[in-house]
Amino acid sequence: MLLAFDTATPAVTVALYDDGAVVATHTAVDPRRHGELLAPAITAVLDEAWVPRQDVTAVAVGVGPGPFTGLRVGLVTARTLGLVLDIPVYGVCTLDVLAARAVADGAVDRPFLVATDARRKEVYWAAYDETGARLDGPHVDRPAQVATSAPVVGAGALLYPDVFPCAVGPEHPDAGTLARVVGEELAELLDPEPLYLRRPDVAAPSRPKPVS
Amino acid sequence: MGRMSDEPLVLGIETSCDETGVGLVRGGSLLADAVASSVEEHARFGGVVPEVASRAHLEAMVPTLERACEQAGVTLHDVDAVAVTSGPGLAGALLVGVAAAKALAVGLGKPLYGVNHLAAHVAVDQLEHGPLPEPCVAMLVSGGHSSLLRVTDVTGGEDGGEDGGGGVVPLGATIDDAAGEAFDKVARLLGLPFPGGPHIDRAARSGSSVYVDFPRGLTSQRDLERHRFDFSFSGLKTAVARWVEARERAGEPVPVQDVAASFQEAVCDVLTRKAVDAAVSEGIGDILVGGGVAANSRLRVLTEERAAARGVRVRVPRPGLCTDNGAMVAALGAEMVQRGRRPSALDLPADSSLPVTSVLA
Ligand SMILES: [Zn+2]
Repeated sequence: MLLAFDTATPAVTVALYDDGAVVATHTAVDPRRHGELLAPAITAVLDEAWVPRQDVTAVAVGVGPGPFTGLRVGLVTARTLGLVLDIPVYGVCTLDVLAARAVADGAVDRPFLVATDARRKEVYWAAYDETGARLDGPHVDRPAQVATSAPVVGAGALLYPDVFPCAVGPEHPDAGTLARVVGEELAELLDPEPLYLRRPDVAAPSRPKPVS
Repeated sequence: MGRMSDEPLVLGIETSCDETGVGLVRGGSLLADAVASSVEEHARFGGVVPEVASRAHLEAMVPTLERACEQAGVTLHDVDAVAVTSGPGLAGALLVGVAAAKALAVGLGKPLYGVNHLAAHVAVDQLEHGPLPEPCVAMLVSGGHSSLLRVTDVTGGEDGGEDGGGGVVPLGATIDDAAGEAFDKVARLLGLPFPGGPHIDRAARSGSSVYVDFPRGLTSQRDLERHRFDFSFSGLKTAVARWVEARERAGEPVPVQDVAASFQEAVCDVLTRKAVDAAVSEGIGDILVGGGVAANSRLRVLTEERAAARGVRVRVPRPGLCTDNGAMVAALGAEMVQRGRRPSALDLPADSSLPVTSVLA
């Protein structure tokens, strides 16, 4: 029994996966409430599937890239559940989950990009071949720097139609696909470490300003 | 085993600023207090950088949980309840602790208590000095807060203080900088490292506290009418800056120890005067001191002296329990369990500006 979730985009998405099938999912979209939504969504899928928490044998978590605050909610939850249930935790690049879903849905038939909202007028993006194998990325850039007429999957395409005219596939990742990616090893499995891609904003202090 | 092992084992998580703390408390006994600090990563910035702190909390959480269990000789499965600071503090930092606490509660199938950081500073004293004196006046002084509280029930009362009429009531607070913030800023002016508190304290020991007569904020008769129990440290900080600049402009050396001592005296004078005044005017016989600045040696001595003169008792936990830690959260969580307060819901938010009257979120 695999418990999967991703909080690296405005979606808080949770799924339970067992024996090759997704048995329960719960998704809510709210960019400001990851911390409030995730734990109740986890108990909701466990309850819905009548699965006691002790039966969970592994955790899968999206490791971003994504806005830091929400991203950390998923990662600290995954790591802590891994510790308390004494089970392995697998990380997956969130953009790979969007790519896998687009391929599974037949939304892409040629090389494509995945782009999500990185805020500050930038996108997180990666490039894939038509089978969903990642060729480049993830990176964070201004949309104009990665403008393309190729298909683009994810919210980034919808936010910047001028530079990404060919928007296809899902807007946000879904944990059902994340679970499948781990269960069927459709993408590289990573340690549950956040892909921040940006350094923290810090300014070294200047000499105190004179007051008189 | 004896009676002690019948009491519930409560785990507390604290991540409101730059310390990742995990404490384990059984009844009134402290079993473990594991703290990982990112203070060194902030030192070169002269203050806590929120994103740096949040990243450090994520990395430190699991190792700190493991270290606390090891110290206490328990496993997570022995834990009966999970408490966490849900506010006030840095929003992103709080969220890491709250999410970890929820994962523990879900993974263990045990209740979750989201508690107020300030009340936890009060509750921690019982781990050292036994049951809390209730009522008491709490003086909480740190880099993030400077408050005087009237505490009649550290859990906030029946409803955790939700309706504001509960067991923890603010009497006064800083209207600008926190006391610890003033220590940091003045330390920087004097070329002393961050965090400033311990360095000022050390420098002040060989200085003269009457070398400069720095202003005492909100102590004039007019100010006392409106701000009897409030504090202001921003004018003091500016006064120190002016004094230092004038010296430098005149090409004279700055007597760091004397300025440190005079500044520290000004802070401690106002804090202790108002705390004792609050206790006397409220008819309360105990003052409890908490927060990082409570580690200041002069503050301890002066509080004792002035309180004793008015027949008021003073309790100050040892310095390690005054600074932010998980033990204080576990201590307050243990009180929640013992007094039968209702647990928090799993959609508990992290609230960076949680009012002090809301003890249980
Ligand atoms: Zn504090």
